[in-house]
Amino acid sequence: MIPLSHADWTDAMPKDFVSDKLARRRLRHVKERIIEFILFLAASVSVATTLGIVLILLKESFVFFRIVSLWDFLTDTQWTPLFADAHYGIMPLLSGTLVSSAVALLVAIPLGTIIAIYLSEFAPFSVREVAKPFLELLGGIPTIVYGYFALMFVTPLLQKIIPGLPGFNLLSAGLVMGIMIIPYVSSVSEDAMRAVPMALREGSYAMGATRFQTATRVVTPAAFSGIAAAYILGISRAVGETMILAVAAGMQPNLTWNPLEPAATITAYIVQVALGDLPHGSIGYQTIFAAGLTLALLTLFFNVLGHLLRKRYRQVY
Amino acid sequence: MSDTAVRVQEIRALIAAHKRWDIVFGIVGLLALMVGVLTFAVLFIQMVIDGAPRLSWDFFTSFPSRRPGQAGILSAWVGSTLVMLVTAMVAVPLGVGAGVYLEEYAPKNWMTDLIEINVSNLAGVPSIVYGLLALSLFVYQFGFGQSILTAGLTLALLILPVVIVATREAIRSIPGAIREGAYALGATKWQTTSDHILPYARGGILTGVIIGMSRAIGETAPVITIGALTFIAFLPPAPVSSEFPYLSFEWIMSPFTVMPIQMFNWTSRPEAAFQHNAAAAGLVLVVMTLSMNALAIYLRYRLRKNLKW
Repeated sequence: MIPLSHADWTDAMPKDFVSDKLARRRLRHVKERIIEFILFLAASVSVATTLGIVLILLKESFVFFRIVSLWDFLTDTQWTPLFADAHYGIMPLLSGTLVSSAVALLVAIPLGTIIAIYLSEFAPFSVREVAKPFLELLGGIPTIVYGYFALMFVTPLLQKIIPGLPGFNLLSAGLVMGIMIIPYVSSVSEDAMRAVPMALREGSYAMGATRFQTATRVVTPAAFSGIAAAYILGISRAVGETMILAVAAGMQPNLTWNPLEPAATITAYIVQVALGDLPHGSIGYQTIFAAGLTLALLTLFFNVLGHLLRKRYRQVY
Repeated sequence: MSDTAVRVQEIRALIAAHKRWDIVFGIVGLLALMVGVLTFAVLFIQMVIDGAPRLSWDFFTSFPSRRPGQAGILSAWVGSTLVMLVTAMVAVPLGVGAGVYLEEYAPKNWMTDLIEINVSNLAGVPSIVYGLLALSLFVYQFGFGQSILTAGLTLALLILPVVIVATREAIRSIPGAIREGAYALGATKWQTTSDHILPYARGGILTGVIIGMSRAIGETAPVITIGALTFIAFLPPAPVSSEFPYLSFEWIMSPFTVMPIQMFNWTSRPEAAFQHNAAAAGLVLVVMTLSMNALAIYLRYRLRKNLKW
C-alpha cells in the first residue's frame, strides 16, 4: 500500500473543507458552553432557595420587630397576637416545641440506636434485607396520617393509663413523632457503623471480645461522628415537625414543661394562622415569619452543633 | 480439684456470661424493630377498620360536603394529581440538571463547594419554612396567589435535594471508562452526558424521583402555609377542551385542595363520622405513598442485581 502524500490529500478535498469543519467545531463549542451554563443555572437554584429563605425570613421579621421589641419577644410569657390584648412572647411556643421534641427524642434515640447496632452488627443478612426497606416505608408515611394515629389511637390508649389526660397533649404527639423519627436515626447511624473498617472488628474479636463488646466499645465509638449526625438530623426533624403536633397537641399556646398538657408549637401556630384569613401585611401575618425565623435559627443551631461534634470526633481511616 | 481446673472453670463462666449479653442484645434489637413493625401494623389496621367502610366509588367521585355520609375526595385527588404534575415538571429537570452539573461539569472551586453545602443543608430545613418562603415570594411578590402553580413550585423546591442527591449517586456509580470511550470517539461533553451517562443513570434517577414525589404527595404543612383552601367543591378548569385552542393552562392558577389537607380538615372536626372520612382519605394516602415507595425499593433492588460493570 502506497501512503498518500500531503499533496494528494489536499487535492482530493474541496477548498473550504477545513474551514467548514472548524466552523462546525466552533458552533459545537458554543452549544456546549450554553448547555453548561443552563446546567449551572439549575444547580444555582438551590443557592437561590437558601438565599430566598434567609432574606424573606429576615425581611418579614424586620417588619415585625419594628413593632414588637426583641426583649418582649424573648421574655413575655404570653403569645396572644390575635387577641385584642396582644402579647408577643415566643416562650410558650418554644416550650411546646422543646417538650414535644424531647419526648420524641427519648423514643427515637434509644430505639434508633439499638436498631442501628442490631442491623449493623447482629442481624443475619435475611433480617437486614427485610428490615431496611421496611424502616424506609415507615419513614415514608405522610405525617398527617401519624397525626390521625396519635389523636385517634395513642391518646385514648394513654388516657386509660393516665386518667385525666386531656384529648390534646404533647405526650401522645411526641411519642408518635418519636416512632416517625426512628428510621432517620437508625439508617444514618447504621451507615456510619457499616463504614467502620472490618479490621477494627477483627482486631477486637482477636482479643477475645464478644459481639456485644465489639459493637459497644469499638464500633460505636469509631462511628460516633456519624451517629451524632444522625441524632442531629432526628432533632431537626422533631423541631420542624408540624402536622402530628397540629392535630394531636392542640393549637393553644401554653407555657409549660409538662408533656401531659396541651400546647401549641411554633409550627402548629404557623398552621393555625395560615388556616385563618389574615390580611397580608397585618401584624398577625408578620408573626408567622418571626415564628418561622425562630424555628430556622433553632434548626440552624442544632445543625452547627452537629457539625462541630462531627469535626471534634471525626475518625479518619 | 486442682488450681488450674478452678481457674479454667472461672474463665469459662466469664466467657459464658459475656456471651449471654450477645443473646440478650440480639433479643433487645429484635424487640426494638418490633416496636416499629407493631406501630405500623396497628396504624394500618386502625385506618382500615375506621375508613374501609367509607371507601366506595362515590367517595372518589364526590366533593366534600357538610354531610359526612356524602362527602368525598374528588377535589382533593384531582388537586393532588395536578400539583404533583407541576412539581414533577419543575423538580425533575432542575434536579437532574443540577446533579449532572455537580458530577460532570462543576470545576473544583468555592462556588461548587457552596452549592454542595447548600444542597445538604436544604435537606435539613423544616418543610414549613418552605411554605413561608412560598407565601411571601410566590403568593404575594410574584402574584401567583394560592394556586396549583404556587403549591407545585413549593413542593418542587422541597424535593429538589432528594432528586439532586439521587442523580449524583446514580452518575457516580457509572465507571469512568464509559466516558473515556465516548470522548475517544470524539464526542463532546454534552454528547457523552446525554447519550451515555443519562441513559445509564436513568434507573437511579427514577428511583430518587419516585421517593421525592411520594414525599411531596404527603406533605401538608407547606401547602397549608401558602393558604390552600380546606373546602373546595369545584374542579379546576379542564386542561383539554374540544374548542380552539384545545389546550388550556387556566387550571394552573386555580384554587385547589390536596389529599393531606382534606384529611387534616376532617380530622380536626369533632363529629365521629368525619373521622371515618379522615381514616378513609388516610388509607388512600398511605396506600399511594407506600406503593410509590415500594416501587422505588423494587427498582433499586433490580438495578443493583442487573448492573454489573
